[in-house]
Amino acid sequence: MSHALILPVILPLVAGVALVPWRDIRPQRVIALVATLAQAGLAAGLLASAGAAPEVYRLGGWAPPHGIVLVGDRLALLMLGLTLAVALGSLVYAVAGDDNRGRAFHPLFQFQLMGLAMAFLTGDLFNLFVAFEVLLIASYGLLLHGGGGRRHRAGFQYVVLNLVGSLLFLVALGLLYRVAGTLNMADLGPALAGLSGSGRAVAEAAVLLLAAVFGLKAAAFPLSVWLAATYGAALVPVAALFAIMTKVGIYALLRLDATLLAGLDFGLAPVLHVAGLATVAAGVVGVLAAGRLADLVSYLLLISVGTLLLGLAVPGEAAIGGVLFYLVHTTLITAGLYLLVGVVARQRVPLDDSLRAGAPLAQPRLLGGLFLVAAMAVIGLPPLSGFLGKLLVLRAPLTVEAPFAGLWLALLVAGLAALVALSRAGSTLFWKQGMPAGPQRGAALATLAPAAALVLASAALALAAGPLNAWLAEAAAGLADAGGYRAAVLGGGAS
Amino acid sequence: MNLAMAVVVGWLTACGVYLLLRARTMPVILGLVLLSHAVNLVLFLGGGVPAGAAPPLVDGSGADRADPLPQALVLTAVVISFAMTAFVLILALRNRRSLKSDHVDGERRDL
Repeated sequence: MSHALILPVILPLVAGVALVPWRDIRPQRVIALVATLAQAGLAAGLLASAGAAPEVYRLGGWAPPHGIVLVGDRLALLMLGLTLAVALGSLVYAVAGDDNRGRAFHPLFQFQLMGLAMAFLTGDLFNLFVAFEVLLIASYGLLLHGGGGRRHRAGFQYVVLNLVGSLLFLVALGLLYRVAGTLNMADLGPALAGLSGSGRAVAEAAVLLLAAVFGLKAAAFPLSVWLAATYGAALVPVAALFAIMTKVGIYALLRLDATLLAGLDFGLAPVLHVAGLATVAAGVVGVLAAGRLADLVSYLLLISVGTLLLGLAVPGEAAIGGVLFYLVHTTLITAGLYLLVGVVARQRVPLDDSLRAGAPLAQPRLLGGLFLVAAMAVIGLPPLSGFLGKLLVLRAPLTVEAPFAGLWLALLVAGLAALVALSRAGSTLFWKQGMPAGPQRGAALATLAPAAALVLASAALALAAGPLNAWLAEAAAGLADAGGYRAAVLGGGAS
Repeated sequence: MNLAMAVVVGWLTACGVYLLLRARTMPVILGLVLLSHAVNLVLFLGGGVPAGAAPPLVDGSGADRADPLPQALVLTAVVISFAMTAFVLILALRNRRSLKSDHVDGERRDL
């Protein structure tokens, strides 16, 4: 049995522990960069070798359903790769100075990566709970990094909300174990399918509780009120890393739908549809009302979450493939936008990212150009990946003759709102001058390069859209193939 | 036994939710503690009410042994919720100092 699948969890754990004793920031930076690069290489290797059948790793050689398994199917490995792409950008940006604004940034960052990798790879619901806790505990520390009243206030609310979410998760696990006698995701599908009467009602309640917990992580309305306050208060590289956090919720919803719900014959689609519409609406209002660029990006993130939920509500594999394309696009571009906000804010020192006319920037053309590209990608203008992603989501209901009016209206209105808000923000930031030019310096390469790379990844995604989309369609087919997943996890398998 | 357990879980949950909805940080934390007790009980009972059953480590006939898995799950959950309670207490104390208020929104009102 190959041990490669456990390494994305072990490597950040070892690196995080190795980082703890250092007081000086320089060796920490070296260790963190090396460890993250190694994980990125590992994730790329796993992604390249991902076949149609999921790779299964049994922890300690214990057989499922009681032993814990890690399952590396294409979707899980895709999420892992995405995590590390965002993490590398965020880490390079942080190393330019933000990591020194408090203690223990680098160990927490590694523990965050460990939690994320475990959440994506695990095939056991209780292990998923533990992964959520690991990534949340690290995220609490990262959110507070840098200190200050605003972060503390946002931090307390974020922590309490997520603790309540964790408690609901535990209730759902207790109920599921009571009726099904297993918590292995592959095993739960058939176990739930065999239920009837009160057992079935309990199982449905538990599944809805799980959906609520994952909705909280994904920031689905009305469980989204924490998002703007939290992300707006976090330091720039932390907010960029958190761009992947809402996707953990989306991923968990996808997995829930493919494994547990397949057995229950009970769809979440109506709930997801309404939640998606409400989330987009909340995002649109926020985008138009935002007074700071970081808040504007947070509400754009909320719109993208709503779009993903609407896509999830469309039945069928074709829809999931489109949703995955949009997910890759929105994760990268949101992280890039947060980093770009940081670069722009540093050149507007008294105003930072507040959307008021200030002194001219030191590099107006370069940053303005990047902002234009990012805005086009987010709004969904051709030829960038946002256009293709939205097109795939918009087209999805037509292929299966599902109702499409709500989805179309939401996406088109959200695109218009984003266009208005981003045009206004761009002209205020880059054209209007309300102050004399100050002694602003150009951005350091270490902050500019990751922002530019993540924003320009949108163009690369558009160029590679054909093969990428085909690969994502296979990933979606693999996700929908509950039987193959179950056979790989439970049946035989060299141990 | 079932009824007693249900009443205990319900009462703990009711008290926890009531405290959680307060506007001061300490009652909120106490509410979280009560809720986590209730949830741990639910998780523990996921293996059935272990009344009369032998602890899983004692050798005996298979039928009357308690299910060991929920006990392992509860142990994990207890450790995590203990650590989180400690963390959120420190966070609340730091907020009290930096915001000069123990309101959950950090507002300064008459205490």
